[in-house]
Amino acid sequence: MNYHWNWHVYLDQVSAGDERYLDWIISALGWTIAVSMSAWLIALTLGALIGTLRTAPNRWLVAIGNVWVEGFRNVPLLVQLFLWFFVVPEFLPAELSRWVKQDMPAKEFFTAAICLGLFTSARVAEQVRAGIQSLPRGQKMASLAMGFTLPQTYRYVLLPMAFRIVIPPLTSEFMNIIKNSSVAFAIGLMELTFISRQMIEESGQVFESLLAATLLYTICAFSANRVMTYIEKRTRVPGYIAGAK
Amino acid sequence: MISRTALVATLLGALFASNAQAQSLDGTLKKIKDSGTITLGIRESSIPLSYLDAAQKPVGYHIDICNRIVDSIKQKLALPNLKVNTQAVTSQNRIPLVTNGTVDLECGSTTNNAARQNQVAFAPTTYVTTVRMAVKKSSGINSLSQLDGKPVATTTGTTSVQLMRAHEKGKGVNFKEVYGKDHADSFLMLASDRAVAFVMDDNLLAGLIASSQNPGDFAVVGEPLSVEPIAIMFRKDDPQFKGLVHSAVRDLIKSGEVEKLYTKWFTQPIPPKNANLALPMSDALKGALKTPNDAPAEQYNKK
Repeated sequence: MNYHWNWHVYLDQVSAGDERYLDWIISALGWTIAVSMSAWLIALTLGALIGTLRTAPNRWLVAIGNVWVEGFRNVPLLVQLFLWFFVVPEFLPAELSRWVKQDMPAKEFFTAAICLGLFTSARVAEQVRAGIQSLPRGQKMASLAMGFTLPQTYRYVLLPMAFRIVIPPLTSEFMNIIKNSSVAFAIGLMELTFISRQMIEESGQVFESLLAATLLYTICAFSANRVMTYIEKRTRVPGYIAGAK
Repeated sequence: MISRTALVATLLGALFASNAQAQSLDGTLKKIKDSGTITLGIRESSIPLSYLDAAQKPVGYHIDICNRIVDSIKQKLALPNLKVNTQAVTSQNRIPLVTNGTVDLECGSTTNNAARQNQVAFAPTTYVTTVRMAVKKSSGINSLSQLDGKPVATTTGTTSVQLMRAHEKGKGVNFKEVYGKDHADSFLMLASDRAVAFVMDDNLLAGLIASSQNPGDFAVVGEPLSVEPIAIMFRKDDPQFKGLVHSAVRDLIKSGEVEKLYTKWFTQPIPPKNANLALPMSDALKGALKTPNDAPAEQYNKK
């Protein structure tokens, strides 16, 4: 294969600009991290709430949880992103719609963070539900028998253990959210995938551009993995299944 | 006895002849001869240069030119039954697919520029595009200077992104860029008022407008941001193949065939919707056809 490698390309200046490709990559990494972290915050908060609702002893609460989870996990992520970006603004009042479409600051960022957060919240909710349901039924009964109210039972007895149990699958979700943030290029957020495509176009150095993006995604996902493993170790309850050695 | 001698002589002769030919062939031509196939890279929506028609068959101006080049290859290699495969490519993968040997001849809408000439080679320029903008007629916009502070769409991974950056720097204006992942998405941004203009190659804009729901609502306006030679692309450092492609394209230009094909694809109704792009040949293209060359975009935009 006659490909001409050029490892200096990162330090080359972009045409018609004051920056180097490296500056582009660094700012793109910033967007990737920002969108992943914001989405993860949304996903954890809503996921914990919805997951808990799905185990509640109330038909209506369970139904809300079911609709939420099935809605967000049965539609492809890219389709959801396009729905939020292109379709939802059309249903807003005319003035607001125009503002959202043209003047809203960082609209790509907010759309991507919210979309990715909601999508992942459905997955987190399922894991939280699984965690709660994996606890022996006796724990809930004992707690209620001791006079805890239902919210107190969740707060002090069920959730603390359930969260510890689901840390390993949550780790995967955290890593997934970083990798899934790459779909945001489709609505024009200047994150790693976007910048690597643009760098391919402008520098002609396909593999160097893709390698930089690949390496940075790997480092981010692996860092997320290490952080979660640390949390798993720090929060383990001695003698209990989660994090036991 | 005599017939056997004759047979041996013929066989020996054939052996030598094929040996001689095999030795004289190298690179892409040898690959084509050995495999009996050639792979053309095609685009799915680069109207009218290279795109899929209603039956998902690749058609277009550059597809026609490539088929003529394939005819010359058949003749040169004496392979009348040469098998022609097609492989869809995108802006992102077209260069790697050419350099790694998947695609032998890329018949798409690739700008010939200096950065790309480090990786690949180009046939003589057969189309010259002008980068301009599509707007909604109702917006009343007819110049780039009216776009200061306004959202302007273009497609990720295209030269237009860098042209807009250069224009902003040179003219001290500030666009709010929004990016579609492909031309259809960028056009949707314009149609849905996410952007007031869409900056792109004029032939692509004309194609998108012609195939949109209300072609009358849109217009291509404004001063050109850049003029870019578009050409068929193939592997670099392959003098034999380059010689054949270049002489084939030059013959097509000289015989007036290219002009005929241009008329067919740019000024007459074309599939799939029988729309007419109505883009008469530009002076830049006329110049490029007068003296066929593979000069990069940088030479077209020297001021």
